[in-house]
Amino acid sequence: MTARTVTAAAPRGGHGRSKNWLGALPLLVVVTVAFGIPAVTLLVGAFTVRDPATRVSSTGTANLSRSLQGAYLNALLSSVQLSAVVAVVAAILGTFLAQAVITSRFTALREAVLTFSGVLANFGGVPLAFIWIATLGNSGVLTTALGIGPGTLYNFWGLALVYLYFSVPLMVLVVTPALDGLRPQWREAAQNSGATTWQFWRHVGIPVLTPALLGGVVLLFGGAFAAYATAAAMVGSTVPLVTLQIADALTGDVLIGYENIALALSLDMIVIALLVMAVYLPLQRRSSRWLR
Amino acid sequence: MVAVATLPDVTPGGPVPAARPGQRRAWRGIVLVVAALYFVVPMAVSFWFTVYSEGQGFSLAAYGRILSAPGFLPSLLLSLGLAAATIVTVLLLTLPAMLAVRLGASRLGSVLELIATLPLVVPPITYVVGISTALRGGIDALAATPLWATLIAIQDERFPIVLVLAYVVLTLPFAYRSLDAGLRAIDVRTLVEAARNLGASWPYVLFRVIIPNIRSAIASASFLTLALVLGEYTVAALLGYQTFPVWIVTISGNDGQLSVALSIISLLLIWLLLLTLSGAGRKRS
Repeated sequence: MTARTVTAAAPRGGHGRSKNWLGALPLLVVVTVAFGIPAVTLLVGAFTVRDPATRVSSTGTANLSRSLQGAYLNALLSSVQLSAVVAVVAAILGTFLAQAVITSRFTALREAVLTFSGVLANFGGVPLAFIWIATLGNSGVLTTALGIGPGTLYNFWGLALVYLYFSVPLMVLVVTPALDGLRPQWREAAQNSGATTWQFWRHVGIPVLTPALLGGVVLLFGGAFAAYATAAAMVGSTVPLVTLQIADALTGDVLIGYENIALALSLDMIVIALLVMAVYLPLQRRSSRWLR
Repeated sequence: MVAVATLPDVTPGGPVPAARPGQRRAWRGIVLVVAALYFVVPMAVSFWFTVYSEGQGFSLAAYGRILSAPGFLPSLLLSLGLAAATIVTVLLLTLPAMLAVRLGASRLGSVLELIATLPLVVPPITYVVGISTALRGGIDALAATPLWATLIAIQDERFPIVLVLAYVVLTLPFAYRSLDAGLRAIDVRTLVEAARNLGASWPYVLFRVIIPNIRSAIASASFLTLALVLGEYTVAALLGYQTFPVWIVTISGNDGQLSVALSIISLLLIWLLLLTLSGAGRKRS
């Protein structure tokens, strides 16, 4: 049976190869046009310096070095800081929440929390900002009811609080399979050998979970780092963020060459995102070894 | 930390099953209560914000105003139209490519994988910067050629094809993963060869053999695309199109209650889409 399929398929495989390749052609063409052209434009533009007086363009790193100075550098650092804080806090809280749900006796609770997490992890952008503005904004319900001063929400920590709203649920979704993979037998074996709960986590639980946890942190970092809509709708420009700076530079005055600054800042962002991703991929490969 | 909370009543050397459940339940209870407060309070409070104001007392008028708000219908229709176009395009592009990989062009597999990963790494805002710069440069450079008219046409405000292209790229990772899961569950090669040997044409194989077998994967790819397109703000706003999320921000300046009401509705919409999604997934298993 198998042999016959193979012999029957062999001549067709050779004949169909050219045709098969054609099946992927439309996708490759569209991606080249829709993704390749903007990517190349961005790369070339970031290294193109236009003299404002003579309007002559030349290749150089002036945009990039300008994007790493003063207010731009400030925004970049602030973005990285915010994303790091959100990622680490959300990873810790999300893991605790997931563990609380998993070890609970109520399976309905587990279902409910996972569904809820799925919804909230996808709930970002503008609506998220408005829900928090209604709650803790300057004329928000809680602000007036509790007599909190204005401006609670419109700063670094306010933004972090809001970002946790989608980051914690995302962490719950990411870490639940890993926590499920911690076999009860490991725990029993540790207990029978006289290990305390702390020793179990210190020497078995956390080492096994580490790749998954770090992978989660990286994912959350990427999400917070790239977020634009929430910040734009919420803080305007009171918190310097690289995404807000890019938007300002893009929609601002084209004459003074801000556009090239937007390109350079974008390149900075992509480099950071790629660096973070480079940490994530090998970690994921490692975590899949234990959690099968 | 988990361990610290349970540490005091664990004596080393012997399991103490009697005392532990209560202790564990305590930290679990605290975590769950704090989480519930953090996640539920803003929703409940926002809902209160939309239905109560000091002048008028309790009223659902903000939800009624949505339908009559200026610009509501055009922006919603634009977003739905973009979503439909994106879903069709991304499926028509991805499915043949993935079948091609499985039917012999396996070297393309890693290329596809790369294409389906890149949009996740590149932040959407940097992608917009690339697009808008390319469009501006293209208009300058191609002013004398027929391509210029094409560039203008794809930026038509009534139906910006450039947004469809951008959304196809942004949704590719999700469509790819959904379809990959669906195709993994069936033996594509055998099905296709059997159908072809019996004389079926390629379109027949695609629409009558493959697609019915991965219906739920196609549904989940479509729902994910729909959710992404309906909620996408960055690309549309920076390219200057009035899609639904962009309109919500525009209207928020005039009517705070209305914009919060719309936010609650979009939350419900995501929930509904996900429910449908998991329903489709369950039918398969």
